Amino acid sequence: MTTAVFWILGPLAAASGFMVFRFSSMARATIALLVSFLASGGLLIWLGLAYLGTVVILMMIMEMVIMAVFMIAYMMNPAGLMPMAMYHNKRGSLAISIAVFALLAAGIFAAPWPRRAGAPPRDVTFQLGAALMGPQMLTMIVLGITLFATMVASVVLATHRGRYDRFGDDLKRRPPADPMRGGVGR
Amino acid sequence: MLQLFLLLAAALFAIGLYGALSQQSIVMIMMGLELMLNGVTVAAGAFWHYLAPASAAGQVILVVVVVAMAVEMAAGFAVTTAIFRARDVDMTDMAADLKR
Amino acid sequence: MVGSAPLWAVLVVPAVLAAFTVVAAGWDAVLAARSAGRPVTGAVLAAPLAEVPRLLAAQRRTTLAPDALLWRLGVAAIPAAAVLSAVVIPFGHVAVSRMTVGVVWFNAMEVLTWAGLWMAGWGPNAVLSLIGGYRYVAQGLAYELPLMFALICAATGAQSLNAADIAAAQGHLWFAVWMPAAFAVYLVSVYAFSFLGPFAYPAGRDLAGGVTAELSGPDRLALEAGRWLLLTSGAGMAVPLFLGGGAGPALPPWAWSAVKTLAVLGLLVWGRRRLPVIRADRYAELAWVVLIPLMIAQALAVALVVLTMGGPP
Repeated sequence: MTTAVFWILGPLAAASGFMVFRFSSMARATIALLVSFLASGGLLIWLGLAYLGTVVILMMIMEMVIMAVFMIAYMMNPAGLMPMAMYHNKRGSLAISIAVFALLAAGIFAAPWPRRAGAPPRDVTFQLGAALMGPQMLTMIVLGITLFATMVASVVLATHRGRYDRFGDDLKRRPPADPMRGGVGR
Repeated sequence: MLQLFLLLAAALFAIGLYGALSQQSIVMIMMGLELMLNGVTVAAGAFWHYLAPASAAGQVILVVVVVAMAVEMAAGFAVTTAIFRARDVDMTDMAADLKR
Repeated sequence: MVGSAPLWAVLVVPAVLAAFTVVAAGWDAVLAARSAGRPVTGAVLAAPLAEVPRLLAAQRRTTLAPDALLWRLGVAAIPAAAVLSAVVIPFGHVAVSRMTVGVVWFNAMEVLTWAGLWMAGWGPNAVLSLIGGYRYVAQGLAYELPLMFALICAATGAQSLNAADIAAAQGHLWFAVWMPAAFAVYLVSVYAFSFLGPFAYPAGRDLAGGVTAELSGPDRLALEAGRWLLLTSGAGMAVPLFLGGGAGPALPPWAWSAVKTLAVLGLLVWGRRRLPVIRADRYAELAWVVLIPLMIAQALAVALVVLTMGGPP
């Protein structure tokens, strides 16, 4: 049964991943990437990682929709009404990627993989949670700080209006001068 | 079976690498990076299931990879927005400031 | 505790969900007739059902240079998301899927509406439709995090992500009583992900219907039915999460589940006509600045209660 599920979802993930770079329409490219992620999320669920697979599906749907908004904003020809191929060094990168795949495949088949050590626990999600709250607490803290730093850095990079634009030169203007008033009035 | 999953992961990684190397637009390069990390996610899940299911380390690696994906996308779009605002372009060829 | 239903029950989920949706649509028609001063007759109750064959037989509209694949896929994703999210809702003591991460699955399937509605807005290559789709994404960014925290509150209270476990943990006290902020935010978010009532901004009248503007025939039926199916699925999930599931005296568990679901549905449909439409940019500030800290504080309170009392009260 695992083989059947793998042969359905695996080629789907790889094919839609490849189609990302073949579509002329940016919307279709993003949805192709979303299909690829949904397939790998499904594979993770099938491998027994129910929580992580579902979280991958959840996150990737949201991420791809936001990415679609950005793609359409930044790329010309977003609807693919004209054929488009924006590559540089197409043959070189194809050669490099095929070489990398061949190398990885050789390693996969040549490596002496060890035997399975143990069986999955009864509650896989609890295993993850207990590990992140216990022995892997350092990882959890680093992830949290990284995400917070990313949030701050992204907003700083992307915003083009700062405190002085909103509150005036003496930071005393209330309510702030925004193009759109928010619901709370801050 | 582990090798099949790892082959899929390698295929996704290679396709993503092709995209990341050959595309001109920053957002398309980011999609290539996302595909590469997708491959790593599948590989991490396969490693956990087929080699060490009793240990949580495989799952923690998966969490780290997924967080890396989110961070990369957020930072990438913020940088693209900043470059677009500064120069009105979104191609890497025109953002090659460090090239001499 | 909770049995996993046999495989044919997967077909029962759309049927039961559709049945509750028809009741909700009928109640909405009754309220519309009463507020318009018309008498309530059998024809009024059957009016939503009569729409179904009319829309199925109506002509499908096409526009100039649409992205047909994404358009149809997006419109089909809305009812699909509703049915998939309803798979983990326990009805009485029976759940079609005994998934250990049922709450996260419910969340993931309702997020599918983001992709679906954006594609449905993008597909027809029409301005008002596109604006409607983008409005839904803006609204989505606002409502999603408070909803996730509300679900986390319920899961923390029961120390499990399984919907049936959460229902069983409310033996002494309903979660709606001791985590009221989470319950209120959850109900508001049900309006938001089904873009009905105060969150009908993407399909608003100022956009001539927004995402529904370019739809007719079976597509329109799919989208409108999808909205109401999502409302019903959200109301159905509120019962095990916050209202104690199928527990109650006298009646069998499935009857209590049905009664509670109908009560929540009745409240939501009644509120739909009373509340004005909120603009997404105004709601975004409210959601991020007020609701998220409130939900984090609520989650902290729930966690403290569970830690000190060793379980839910």
